[in-house]
Amino acid sequence: MFSYYIELALRSLKRTPVLTALMVLAIGLGIGASMTMLTVLHVMTQDPLPGRSAHLYYPHLDPLPTNYKTDPLGTNPNQNLTWPDAMALLHAHRAVRQAAMAGGRVLLWPQRTDVQPFYVDGHYTTHAFFDMFGVPFVEGSGWTATDDQASARVVVLTQTLARKLFGAANAVGKTVRLGELDYRVVGVTKDWAPKPLFYADASAQFYSDVDQFFLPLSDVLNSKQLDGDLRVSGNISGWSDSNGDNLRDPSTTWIQFWVQLDTPTQVATYRQFLVDYSAEQKSLGRYQRPPTNAKLYSLMGWLQYENLVPDDVKLQMWLALGFLGVAMLNIVALLLAKFLRRSGEISVRRAMGARTRDIFVQFGIESALVGVAGGLLGLGISQIGLWSIRQRPDDYAHLASMDPSMLVGTVMLAIVASVLAGMLPAWRACRVPPALQLKAQ
Amino acid sequence: MEIQPILAALRKHKIPTALIVLEIALACAVLCNAVFMIGQRLGEIHLSNAIDESGVSVLDVRGLDPEAMAADVPRDLAALRGIPGVTAAAAFNSLPLTNNGWNSDVATGPGKLFEKNAPNVMMYMFTESGDKALGLQLLKGRFFTATEYADSKLGGSYLPSGHVVLVTPSLAGRLWPGQPALGKQIWIGDDLHYTVVGIVGNVLRPSENGQGLSGFYHSLFFPISPGPNISNYVVRSAPADRDRVLRDGVRKTEALLPNAVVKGKTFTEIRDKYFADSRSMVWMLVLVCVVMLAVTAFGIVGLTSFWVGQRRRQIGIRRAVGATRAHILQYFQTENFLLSTAGVAIGMLLAFGINLYLMQHYQMLRMPWYYLPASAIALWLLGQLAVLGPALRASNVPPVVATRGG
Repeated sequence: MFSYYIELALRSLKRTPVLTALMVLAIGLGIGASMTMLTVLHVMTQDPLPGRSAHLYYPHLDPLPTNYKTDPLGTNPNQNLTWPDAMALLHAHRAVRQAAMAGGRVLLWPQRTDVQPFYVDGHYTTHAFFDMFGVPFVEGSGWTATDDQASARVVVLTQTLARKLFGAANAVGKTVRLGELDYRVVGVTKDWAPKPLFYADASAQFYSDVDQFFLPLSDVLNSKQLDGDLRVSGNISGWSDSNGDNLRDPSTTWIQFWVQLDTPTQVATYRQFLVDYSAEQKSLGRYQRPPTNAKLYSLMGWLQYENLVPDDVKLQMWLALGFLGVAMLNIVALLLAKFLRRSGEISVRRAMGARTRDIFVQFGIESALVGVAGGLLGLGISQIGLWSIRQRPDDYAHLASMDPSMLVGTVMLAIVASVLAGMLPAWRACRVPPALQLKAQ
Repeated sequence: MEIQPILAALRKHKIPTALIVLEIALACAVLCNAVFMIGQRLGEIHLSNAIDESGVSVLDVRGLDPEAMAADVPRDLAALRGIPGVTAAAAFNSLPLTNNGWNSDVATGPGKLFEKNAPNVMMYMFTESGDKALGLQLLKGRFFTATEYADSKLGGSYLPSGHVVLVTPSLAGRLWPGQPALGKQIWIGDDLHYTVVGIVGNVLRPSENGQGLSGFYHSLFFPISPGPNISNYVVRSAPADRDRVLRDGVRKTEALLPNAVVKGKTFTEIRDKYFADSRSMVWMLVLVCVVMLAVTAFGIVGLTSFWVGQRRRQIGIRRAVGATRAHILQYFQTENFLLSTAGVAIGMLLAFGINLYLMQHYQMLRMPWYYLPASAIALWLLGQLAVLGPALRASNVPPVVATRGG
């Protein structure tokens, strides 16, 4: 029976080729546009560190003066930590692991004379960074707590940068000249760049920035080269008038801080610790705002707070869904008109013994066919759409491609859309009263 | 034209009628908002900027020795001025639309910085003859004197130590509404203050910086003597010479500063890059509108064609009892007009609602009222155009059809 219905449906669709093509095209465009934007949204909101992200948290302190005007929509200084606060949290050791970090850019002098000096981007951080985020190493390892204390001149490179500098040879133990000083390579990581680069400062390009090196934060801060060949990249925000040492100033924020907490009890304890710390700072007169402003964000919660998805992308998604809505209404109206025009045929079939269910299935199959064809077309169109997004200048553009889950999602959307669109017309068709129609014939 | 029979006929096809009305409504709502967004983007792309955009080139120099800059920069600028065709050259801390903001809140008196209405502004700083290099347009007052350039150095908080400043009319209006700005003082914190000596045409900031379009012209200009962090060399020439001047400039600077990384760009390139996102958004919106209107039109064509096919016999009867072709044509046109009217009426409400929602969640502005009737008219025209084909076919149904069976 099923194959017979398919044959009937195909015959009916072939009878009106232009209309069928238009319906397929409309649903294809609607699904293509929607899936393009949903895919973009999906890759932008994906988990940057599956498996580990559930245990990573971002402490948020609020050292701003009471009268400081914060911008509810923009970036605020209290998104980062001050040097004293970061060091206090780091040395308190209240989490399983903790690391302070800041984005950096250094001028690198290759030993090979055929390569010009160039700037590379990376992070200044503390030793637990590598274990906490599970950075995979090709050779060597990160530096140690002792290196942090001693402000050792050590560096971790990514595989790409190590290859560029030393070719295929082993890089660990070699030296790299950053600015005017030599640093010893202690480890080479795989090319590791979580998307989005969740631990970066709000000014980063979260989807396209890649860290090429990691340096001990303590060494950088002690270095005479800071602000010369070694720079902090990212927001450095201050709210005091003093013209002192900018980065160590207790009213200048520039550091990001991440902690690893494995159990709910640890999370609760750490949250309380942050509030207690803030209360202590307030009683010392450093903080002015209520200690309960201190918060602990989960990784995904922090990304949401950072509001990484541009409004444009969200608007385009709503637009695409609106367009899909128009296309679906269009198809329902056309199928309905088409089915009801065949009332005569339906009546004859009913009079010959077909049940309403049979009619429903027959017409349901016809609309499902339109949907499947539209879905296939939509899949193709969304690939073109994603390709065109990859040509765009945006930060996230290069990520725009479908993973298996989105492919399945597209097919599902197509089926759901077409079944929804076909349901009403098929239901109306099976309710055609046979006697009346036959009489009119 | 009697509309009573049309309404009666539509009542017999309640669901398709409702669907097509909904489709038109949705299309109208999306169209209104999309066109509004296109308008906003185009407005941004074409924002005016009171500098010599077509004559300015920028050399972004990185990796300079901070301690040698006080001597190196004047030497480099002198070399750049020696290139044939260069009319002026100066060093800047940053430039419009480069996304490299030096922002601060400013106030009109000491200690008022944290007040709610203290505006966030961009602080441009340039070395001697920077006004000529960028092509600033003096509206009132004067530019800086040689002493003012020499006396101003960059302090530890990245603020200049001088005491004079130029403002844009946009910022002057925000700080001192209705009052003359010349001679007034701008304060940052309790110690630093600057006297307004001139007003220059509205210059854009390096980026909108979350301030909205109203704050996009909130720029200040300070004189500065050559030193660390003032490392964007601006070179001005006639537009015809610009590309050659830029090439020569990059070569000369690289020769003078072998350890530095020099990147040259014309200001036109900088502007294009800044608005590239907006431009691609405009194209995407236009595409969606066109395709959506096409789908709506095809929907109308398809549905009306079916109705025409269904009513061949009735049309034949009407023709047989004296209706002219024009009558039949008018029938379908009026029917479509009614459907479109219902559609755009709902659509305008929907469009307004969507706009309110977007205003709440996405920093969207209120849509001016005329977008609603404009898109209503667009959909009416689209409907009439779409219905013309099937309606003409209907009017060609010969009266003899009436006498034939089903």
